[in-house]
Amino acid sequence: MYVAVKGGEKAIDAAHQLLAEARRGDVSVPEISIRQIEEQLSLAVDRVMNEGSLYDRGFASLAIKQSRGDLIEAIFLVRAARTTLARFGYAEPLDTAKMQTRRRISAAFKDLPGGQILGPTFDYTHRLLEEVMPLEAAQLADQLVVENMPKVLGLLGDEGLIEPALPSATTVGDITQDPPSFPMPRDERLQSLARGDEGFLLSLAYSSQRGFGRTHPFAGEIRLGEIEVSFVPEELGFEIVIGEITVTECEMINQFKGSADVPPQFTRGYGLTFGHCERKAMSVALVDRALRSAELGEEVGSPVQDEEFVISHSDNVQATGFVEHLKLPHYVDFQSELILLRNLRKEKAAE
Amino acid sequence: MSGPVYNFAYLNEQTKRMIRRAILKAVAIPGYQVPFAAREMPMPLGWGTGGVQVTAACLTQDDILKVIDQGADDTTNAVSIRKFFVKTAGIATTDVTDDATIIQTRHRIPETPLNENQILVYQVPIPEPLRFLEPRETETRKMHALEEYGVMHVKLYEDIARFGEIATAYDYPALVNDRYVFDPSPIPKFDNPKLNNSAALQLFGAGREKRIYAIPPHTKVKSLDFEDFPFSLPKWDKPCAICGSQTSYLDEIVMDDQGGRMFVCSDTDHCRKTQALK
Repeated sequence: MYVAVKGGEKAIDAAHQLLAEARRGDVSVPEISIRQIEEQLSLAVDRVMNEGSLYDRGFASLAIKQSRGDLIEAIFLVRAARTTLARFGYAEPLDTAKMQTRRRISAAFKDLPGGQILGPTFDYTHRLLEEVMPLEAAQLADQLVVENMPKVLGLLGDEGLIEPALPSATTVGDITQDPPSFPMPRDERLQSLARGDEGFLLSLAYSSQRGFGRTHPFAGEIRLGEIEVSFVPEELGFEIVIGEITVTECEMINQFKGSADVPPQFTRGYGLTFGHCERKAMSVALVDRALRSAELGEEVGSPVQDEEFVISHSDNVQATGFVEHLKLPHYVDFQSELILLRNLRKEKAAE
Repeated sequence: MSGPVYNFAYLNEQTKRMIRRAILKAVAIPGYQVPFAAREMPMPLGWGTGGVQVTAACLTQDDILKVIDQGADDTTNAVSIRKFFVKTAGIATTDVTDDATIIQTRHRIPETPLNENQILVYQVPIPEPLRFLEPRETETRKMHALEEYGVMHVKLYEDIARFGEIATAYDYPALVNDRYVFDPSPIPKFDNPKLNNSAALQLFGAGREKRIYAIPPHTKVKSLDFEDFPFSLPKWDKPCAICGSQTSYLDEIVMDDQGGRMFVCSDTDHCRKTQALK
């Protein structure tokens, strides 16, 4: 029987109608609101903002709803929205020491100025599947917020035990405006990692912990909190605060054996993410350090140390696009392969 | 919706039996890494699930459990694991090393010498001492089978050539019973001498890597070194600022951002005991 190959338009419309129905699910169950997603699935929102490279909780929540909770699809939606936004300049660099810190832990020192603050964390919960109890307003815990908490790595820096964190000598790059080229400077690498897929970076970071490009990490400091974003409009010529964002920062302390010119000292791996994305921030810090292997004169041979491999494959919007493009029609190419293969087989049979 | 009902110490009896068999094999071949079918536990892999499974398999209703992390009972992860066993096994717990029958530890061996009625359970992140010299398990298992440890000695030699000493401060490899090079877990090398000829049974559990190994009581454990570069221990300039102990491992506490530091015992039970003796 001849299968109709025309009528794609009708088929697409019908498919999208089915998608809308599948998205809604059983209509006897109340529909979730964007605000509910924003408030109650806040870590999914944070992930979508990070990999979507856009700090907008509302957009991210809407994207999660629209994508039926498929976070890579939601990230894709946010990226697509982001690209339409006008750019009017670059914010001033954040000074994370000025963060209103809600969580701050160091695995390197038992106690230190500012103390250890656990804050809102899954850490030390027992993963026993149980009903989430409704929370009464009266039960709300006091949230400890600390301002101007000293940076842990700064304490080591005072003794010269860790490499200094120097500002970049040149203008900071922008991977959204300029196509990537290799070798890539660290600022651009960190930008790529910031929007990179959490799962991919997590696995790479894990591989380095298991010996494929070892980096000897200690979680020097992980902090979570709110920080003001400032901007200098050209017409004003001075800094104004344009908003406040939540960020997670991870500074890893890594070993370094030293070289002919530099005595042994600790080195840094750095990760910064929007919202509360601790797993991602830690993974970025580990991968950042691994990608510095060549710069620090270390043996390079593992996937996590290969800049081109890591950076070229970390973007899940790119990756999902290309992997899923295999669903597109390839009739013409396939037909030419069929012809070729049949000919080759015929020649073989004739021999 | 109500959750499932859990067995004594969380794991079901079949799983515990499987773990006990692995432990028995480990005890029979000191220092040899026995593969076991580690289960998911209700805490993240890498946070002590190996130790927790070994402890769960060893626990009886009469046991008294002590859990330490970095030498201290009050460290967050130690608190969490202790609470887990109180909740799932309802056993008694203690902070006092002498009173415990099972001690689960991360990164330390108690300063108080252990006795033959005690089991020390270590949480192990990477059980393979050769892992950072050879990342592939297929290779390292062959190297152990052939007792091919030259690469480890070369690594230690290279350290001496470059730094004038063996630059490994924790996770210091040792030879068990003159046969297997083993990874003592990331305890400071300060603790390595305590591994040797211990009266207690020492069990090591690596959950994520699915390995159990053991050092039976009174087994020889020798930290790797060279005749002309013998194994040596780190020293502190000052005693513990709280109890005055000169023989214990000290943690550095950062007092301010002006370089102020204080050094105190990492083993909180030892510190308390020494203070009481004063």
